[in-house]
Amino acid sequence: MAREDVLVTADWAEENLDTPGVVFVEVDEDTSAYDSGHIKGAVKIDWRDDLQDPVRRDFVNQEQFSQLLSERGIANDDTVVLYGGNNNWFAAYAYWYFKLYGHASVKLLDGGRKKWELDAREVVTEVPSRPATSYVAGPLDWSLRAKRDEAEAAIGVKNLIDVRSPDEYAGRLLAPAHLPQEQSQRAGHIPTALSVPWSKAANEDGTFKSEAELREIYVDEAGLDESKSTIAYCRIGERSSHTWFALRELLGYEDVKNYDGSWTEYGSLVGVPIALGDEPGTK
Amino acid sequence: MSDSCAAPDQDTALPASVDLEKETVLTGTVVNDEGELVQGAYVRLLDGTGEFTAEVVTGEGGQFRFFAAPGKWTLRALSRYGDATGEVEAVRGLNETKLAVSR
Repeated sequence: MAREDVLVTADWAEENLDTPGVVFVEVDEDTSAYDSGHIKGAVKIDWRDDLQDPVRRDFVNQEQFSQLLSERGIANDDTVVLYGGNNNWFAAYAYWYFKLYGHASVKLLDGGRKKWELDAREVVTEVPSRPATSYVAGPLDWSLRAKRDEAEAAIGVKNLIDVRSPDEYAGRLLAPAHLPQEQSQRAGHIPTALSVPWSKAANEDGTFKSEAELREIYVDEAGLDESKSTIAYCRIGERSSHTWFALRELLGYEDVKNYDGSWTEYGSLVGVPIALGDEPGTK
Repeated sequence: MSDSCAAPDQDTALPASVDLEKETVLTGTVVNDEGELVQGAYVRLLDGTGEFTAEVVTGEGGQFRFFAAPGKWTLRALSRYGDATGEVEAVRGLNETKLAVSR
């Protein structure tokens, strides 16, 4: 897969704001960002209210996803361009959903909201009205999603990539450093997981690094075994969607899964192995 | 406690649940050449090895805040007015830094 099949540049986006069949979607956890100004014509998806099941700890199912996209006026044959804050974490997470539910054409805006803002490109507060569609999501593609038993079974067998910060990996911090640290789960990482913080895949302006740079980071520096399958995880699965995107969509590895239960699930499981410190540890 | 990894609103007061006897908080403001507070600046926290740890966006008050641990940290601000870098030797409690961005 070529980079231009999965990423669009800010320049391309600016030229295609009014192109029929192209729908821009801002995905954020903090939707006040969208409300204060967004790319012209972009609709919003709220990471929590729209993409998570309101009761169970899981994300929206096939029917809920169909209903969401129908309400937002997105059709099965639209090209969806996703972007958002936090270096596109939540946009990458939504991209993973679109792939899980079989959407044909979906891309990320390289650099997301951050590059758009740093470039001082135009944002508007006007909310577009799109007529509802009858979107039909496909069945969930389990080749892209890992569950907890699979993550544990991958110890010493598959590439496990822990994309949290080094201090979270080692167990010195329990959450990213912009959040308070009180947590219920145990600290550390899944034994044998390689530490490759998600941020290594991104430039300072939020754009993805080149494929050559990415290969050097994951294979040459971190030691990812290209002959093996890979599972990426973080704390709740959105930073690891960013890395999943880099590994599967940009580098083209075929069997890459996102473990969206991630550390908040794994670190709460009774009896599973955990490694502490900066080294991957052994099986 | 937020259940996501995204940054909370940077303009709100420190939550009452944050215990400054235990937490190490790095906070401060971003200003431009004119000394004006910069809203919408991207501030990232890098650890002692220069590795990215977290990033927040400043609100109307130009303010940022991180929850970290005692030790050496680097703060890096990007904005439409330019960039800035600051070094902090953090201790338990509040650690305040002003970042002046310029081209």
